[in-house]
Amino acid sequence: MTAFTIIYFAFLITASCAAAFYKYKSALLLLFTLLCVSLLAGLLGGSGVLVNIAIGFGLLAAAGGISYAFRESMVQILPGEGAKLMRTAPLTAAFGLLVIITYVIAAVFAPVIAPFGEAEVVGASFAPADDVMILGGDQLGRDMFSRLIYGARNTVGIAMMTTAIAFTIGTIAGLVAASAGGWVDQVLGRIVDTLMAIPQLIFALLLLTIVGTSVVNLTLVIALLYSPLIFRLARAVAGNIVVMDYIEAARLRGEKTWYIIAREVLPNITAPLAAEFGLRFCFVFLAISALSFLGLGIQPPTADWGSMVRENATLISFGEITPLIPAAAIALLTVAVNFVVDWMLHISSGLKE
Amino acid sequence: MPKDQSVLLEIRDLRIEGYSDEQWIEIIHGIDLTLHRGEVVGLIGESGAGKSTIGLAAMGFTRDGCRISDGTVEFDGMDLTSATQSERRALRGKRIAYVAQSAAASFNPAHKLIDQHTEAPLLHKLMTKAESQADAVELYRRLRLPNPEDIGFRYPHQVSGGQLQRAMTAMAMSCRPDLIIFDEPTTALDVTTQIEVLAAIRDIVEQFNTAALYITHDLAVVAQMCDRIKVFLKGDEVEEAATREMLEHPKEEYTKSLWAVRSFQREQKPRPPEGSTPLVSIRNISAAYGDVKVLNDVSFDIHPGMTVAVVGESGSGKSTTARCITGLLPPTEGEIMFNGTALPPRYQDRTKDQLRQAQMIYQMADTALNPKKTIGEIIGRPLQFYAGLRGADLKKRVDELLDQIELEPSKYYHRLPSELSGGQKQRVGIARSLAAEPSFIICDEVTSALDQLVAEGILRLLDRLQKDLGLAYMFITHDLATVRSIADEVVVMKEGKVVEAGPKDVMFRPPHHPYTDLLLSSVPEMDPDWLTNLLNERGVDNVGEAAAASSGGN
Repeated sequence: MTAFTIIYFAFLITASCAAAFYKYKSALLLLFTLLCVSLLAGLLGGSGVLVNIAIGFGLLAAAGGISYAFRESMVQILPGEGAKLMRTAPLTAAFGLLVIITYVIAAVFAPVIAPFGEAEVVGASFAPADDVMILGGDQLGRDMFSRLIYGARNTVGIAMMTTAIAFTIGTIAGLVAASAGGWVDQVLGRIVDTLMAIPQLIFALLLLTIVGTSVVNLTLVIALLYSPLIFRLARAVAGNIVVMDYIEAARLRGEKTWYIIAREVLPNITAPLAAEFGLRFCFVFLAISALSFLGLGIQPPTADWGSMVRENATLISFGEITPLIPAAAIALLTVAVNFVVDWMLHISSGLKE
Repeated sequence: MPKDQSVLLEIRDLRIEGYSDEQWIEIIHGIDLTLHRGEVVGLIGESGAGKSTIGLAAMGFTRDGCRISDGTVEFDGMDLTSATQSERRALRGKRIAYVAQSAAASFNPAHKLIDQHTEAPLLHKLMTKAESQADAVELYRRLRLPNPEDIGFRYPHQVSGGQLQRAMTAMAMSCRPDLIIFDEPTTALDVTTQIEVLAAIRDIVEQFNTAALYITHDLAVVAQMCDRIKVFLKGDEVEEAATREMLEHPKEEYTKSLWAVRSFQREQKPRPPEGSTPLVSIRNISAAYGDVKVLNDVSFDIHPGMTVAVVGESGSGKSTTARCITGLLPPTEGEIMFNGTALPPRYQDRTKDQLRQAQMIYQMADTALNPKKTIGEIIGRPLQFYAGLRGADLKKRVDELLDQIELEPSKYYHRLPSELSGGQKQRVGIARSLAAEPSFIICDEVTSALDQLVAEGILRLLDRLQKDLGLAYMFITHDLATVRSIADEVVVMKEGKVVEAGPKDVMFRPPHHPYTDLLLSSVPEMDPDWLTNLLNERGVDNVGEAAAASSGGN
C-alpha cells in the first residue's frame, strides 16, 4: 500500500461523492465505474496498473483542458461569425482543430523545428532515447523526432494534394453528370463502375508497378482511384439540387451549363462535400501509409510515417514502442480530422440539440 | 343519450419560447383555451401566429428548439407540462391524436396503410391485430373511402391525396381518442377533394363525440367545421367567439381585416378586337411524359396586357401547358406562337431575346430562389445576363427593382432568401422576372402557398406592375377567388383538355359547363351552413363524383 494508492482511491471516492451530491449523473457513473475497475485492477495488477490508469486519465484531462482553453481563446480572437461558430463547437471538435493546426505548423516549419536533417545520420542504429535524440534513433541512426516532423510534411502534404485532386476530378465529373443527365451521365457512371469494380489496393499496386513509384505518380494514381467515390457523392447531392426551381429558372434564362454548375449548384453542395473531404483525407492518408509500408509509396530516404513503421518494425520484438510513435501520429490525426468532420456534419445537418 | 360535455382540455396562461440566435425568445405570450368534450374549436391566423405551436402544446409537445416556459396544459385533470415523458407517451395516439397537413409526408411509404393504422391500438394494447383491422375497415367505410375492405392493404403512394388524408383521419380515430388535433388537413388538397375530406371529418367527429382543435388559415373552412373560433396574431389571442357570432360581428380590427380579404377586385379589361395578333398563341398542342399523354389539343390566346387565368384540379395539365410554353417540355404536336412567329419547341434552341420575353414566377418561393445567393445577386443576374449591366449601373437597377416590389433596397440587398418571409420571397421572385424586362409572365400558383393577407398584397403588386409595364400574365391557379380578383379571361382545364374558355364575366355567370360548375360550387363560402346545404344538394355519398355526374346548379 503506497501513498500513491491511498491518494488515488481517496481522490476517486471524494470525486464520486461530490458528483453524487451535486447531481452530475454522467460524471458520477464514470467515476464510480472507474473506482470499481481500479479496485479490481489494483487487486490483480498492483499499484503499477493504477499509475498507468492515472496517467491515462491525466492525459485525457490535460487534452480536455487544452481544448477548452483553445476554444475559449478562439472565441475571443476570431471575429463575429467565427467566434459564434467556435462557441457552439463541442470540446472534441476544438481538440481536433488544435491537433490539425499543430500538424500543419509542424509540416510548414519542419526545418526550423526539427533539430536534425531529414536524412542526417546522428548516432548508432536504434540508439535509445537521450538528450540529443529525444525519441531515439531509427535503423540507420537518424533522429526519430526529426523524421517524425518531416514525415508530417511529406505524408500529410501528399495526402492533402491527393485528396484535393480526387475532389476536383470527382466533383466536376459528378456535377456534369447530374446537370447534363442522359448519355453523359450514363458514360461517366459506367466508367466509375468499372474503376470501382477492381479492389483499390491491388489496383494501386498494379498501376504503381507499371508507371513507377514517384511522388507525382503516387499522387495521381491514388487521386484517380478515390475520385469515383467523390463522383458518386457529388452526383447524388447535386441530383437533389438540379431539380430545384431556381435551376430551372437559370436554364430558362439561357445560362450555360458551366455557369449553372459553378454558380448555382456548387455553393449548395459544399457542406456535404467538405465533410466528405475530411473523411476521404483520412482514407487517402492511410492508403499512402499502407503503400509506403508495402514499399511502393514514398521512397527512402524521404521520411514518411508509413515507411517509418515498417523500417523500425523489428524493434517491436524487443518491447520498444518506437515504431508505434509514427503509427500513433497517424492515428491521432485521423481521430482529430474525424472529430472536426463530425462537427461539420452536425452543423450542415441543421440539428439543434 | 345526452352527450358528455365536461371540460376536456384546459390551457392556462401558456407561454412558449423558441431558441434562436443563442437566446430564448417568447413566441406564445400567455394563451388560454378551454375545450369541452365533443366540441370543435378552430385556431386561425396567419403563418407565424403560433397556431401549430399551440396545437402541439395541447399534446404537451413542442418542436425542436422550443420549450414551454410557463402555464399549464391540463388534459382531463392531468397537467401535461409537468407529466413525465412516459405518461405523455401513454396519452398520445390513445387519447390525443394528431392529423398533419401533409398525409403523404406523414405516412411511412414502406408500410401498408392498415399496418400503420393498427400500430397505435396494438402498442397501447387496446385491441388484437384482427380486431383492430376489422375496426379499420369499419372506419374506412364510415369515412366513405372507396373499397373499404381492400384499401387498407395498399401502400400510401397507391391512393390519392384526398383518400390518404381520410385514411390519416381514420388512423387518428383508431384508438377512439378524446381529442384530435387537425393541423391544416385540407390545405394541400383541391377544392373538389377538400369537400370530401371536410364532410368525412365533420361526420366522424360528431359520431364519436370527439373534441377537436382545427388549425387552418382558411376562414371559410373554419366556418364549416367549428363550434367556436379563436383568432391569433403573433402568439397573442386576438378574439374568441362562437362561429356564427364571429362571422357576423367580428369585434377586433384585425379579425375584420381577415374577413375583408379578397376585397381586391379589378376591372375586367375588354377583349382586343378580332384579328389583332395575340402576344402568345397556343395552337393545338399535345404533350406527353413518355407514353402518358398529358395534354390533348390545347389552344388559347393571350393578348398583350391581359391576364389569362388557367384553372383546374391538380393533374389537369395547367402546369404542363406552362412547361410547353417555356420550352421545358417540347409538345408532340402543335406550336406556340409569340407575336405571330412560331417559337422553337425546345428552350435550348430559342434565342436569348425569346427567352427574355417570357418569364416565370414559381409556386414555392423557397425552391425558386438559390438559398446561397443574396437578394442582390438573384435579382442582378438577369440584368447582368441580358442587359450586360455591371458595377454601379447594376446596383442602381437592382435598387429600382427592389423599390418596385416594395422592399427597401438598403435593408434587403445583402440578405439571403432564408432571412425573408414567404411573401417577401415571392416578391423577390417577381423582381427577378421583371429584371429581364419581359412582355409575358407565367405565374404558377404564385399565391397558393401564402396567407390570404399576404397573397392579396402579391395580387395587388402584380396588378400594379401590369398597369405600369403592360405585362401579359398567364395565371395558373386552382383558387377561384384569385381568378375572380385578377383575371380577364378564364380557361378551365380538365384531364389535359380545355373544357371551357371565355371572358371572366361570362365564365362566372351561369349556365356553366358541368365541370366548371363543380369547381365553382366547391369553393367554401363563409356561410356556416354552406357545407351542409351543399351536401344535401349533391347527395351525401361520394360528394365529388355525384356532383360531377349530375352537376345540378346552385
